[in-house]
Amino acid sequence: MDRETTWKPVTLSTAPLDQSWYEASARARLAGLLDADSFAEFIGPEQRMMSPHLPLFDLPRAFDDGMIVGRGRLAGRDVLAAAQEGRFMGGAFGEIHGAKLVGLLRAALVVKPAAVLILFDTGGVRLQEANAGETAIAEIMRAITQVRAAGIPVVGLIGGRAGCYGGGGLIAGTCARLVISEGGRLSVSGPEVIETNKGAEEFDSRDRALVWRTMGGKHRRLIGAADAFADDTIGAFREAALTAIPAAPAFDLPTLEAEQARLEARLERFGDARDATEIWGRLGINDPAAVPGLTTEAFDTLLAGLPEVSHDAR
Amino acid sequence: METLTFRYATTQTLPGSRPSAITGVVASGNLEVLLERNAPPGECRVEIDTAINGYGDVWAAVVADFVARRQPGGLTITINDGGARPDTVSLRLAQGARLMEAS
Repeated sequence: MDRETTWKPVTLSTAPLDQSWYEASARARLAGLLDADSFAEFIGPEQRMMSPHLPLFDLPRAFDDGMIVGRGRLAGRDVLAAAQEGRFMGGAFGEIHGAKLVGLLRAALVVKPAAVLILFDTGGVRLQEANAGETAIAEIMRAITQVRAAGIPVVGLIGGRAGCYGGGGLIAGTCARLVISEGGRLSVSGPEVIETNKGAEEFDSRDRALVWRTMGGKHRRLIGAADAFADDTIGAFREAALTAIPAAPAFDLPTLEAEQARLEARLERFGDARDATEIWGRLGINDPAAVPGLTTEAFDTLLAGLPEVSHDAR
Repeated sequence: METLTFRYATTQTLPGSRPSAITGVVASGNLEVLLERNAPPGECRVEIDTAINGYGDVWAAVVADFVARRQPGGLTITINDGGARPDTVSLRLAQGARLMEAS
């Protein structure tokens, strides 16, 4: 294994933009992502809009129910933003958590921001309030399509410790653009769910390399599920969001038909593959086994040589 | 779940003008602390919702130590606890007081 790698040295910077997105709290991500001191929260923690269901299960609540919504500026332009706190109940969608995002998206139709940013960090629906959570997922997807139809880009950012699973994965599928990092994972059924239902031979959830090469950021970028791969810093996500907003495609029939055609072609071409590395090989990558170890720079160089993995459908 | 309420007289009012601050996250071994400047000067109120029952004495000791050190008069402190250890609680309270002291 004699591979040229140019690892960046560890920095001890305290600048907000240099901090790890994965390690940061939802509030720290918002504060660093948006222009300094521009974020104004709606329904902040002091309003104590907490889950009405968790006390029935003798479980602790959070003042913001794990969802922070508000307005701010990104490079001087007005945006609306929502961030999930993945450490509170796995960032799961409950009644209040979901309603805050629905409300933000509906507000976007009125205030017409330059974009709506959704900072995903979720395992899916909160099981203790599953009916409300499932309803919220449906309402959010509907609201996103309405916002996009009004010409406002909805951009999803995925790089948190809970990844983006379950209903969160469905919502991500309705966004105009998705940015993902190495630590971010995007899927509907999570590793443990697949193993529980289909057995460890189908999917061994303890095989971390398998999890990352099947659901991780690089694979999602390579098969076109995500549009940009970012380093795990708040600054990298900010840059990627700035690039993603003007690149958002129109939400019209030609876009949807192109997306349908792209997905059909993908299934046709890779449907029988047994492992992500097989897909990467078919895409024309000479050394698929080396992909997980690539730096962002090397990965971007690789992507530049694979025109097929970039597209305008969504 | 257990709810604990404490009320302390302080010799000073916590400096700074920030009306409220939040620090921490409700997760296993962690807690969130919401601080609000809405108590009478010379008084600090603390209300705790904790997932772990039976640790009232430990909470009383940790909070009393914080109040004695910082004299956070004028504050209402509300805590959602996911089972944090006393050292984590102390650090979060100190973090919260520092945030409130910012102008």
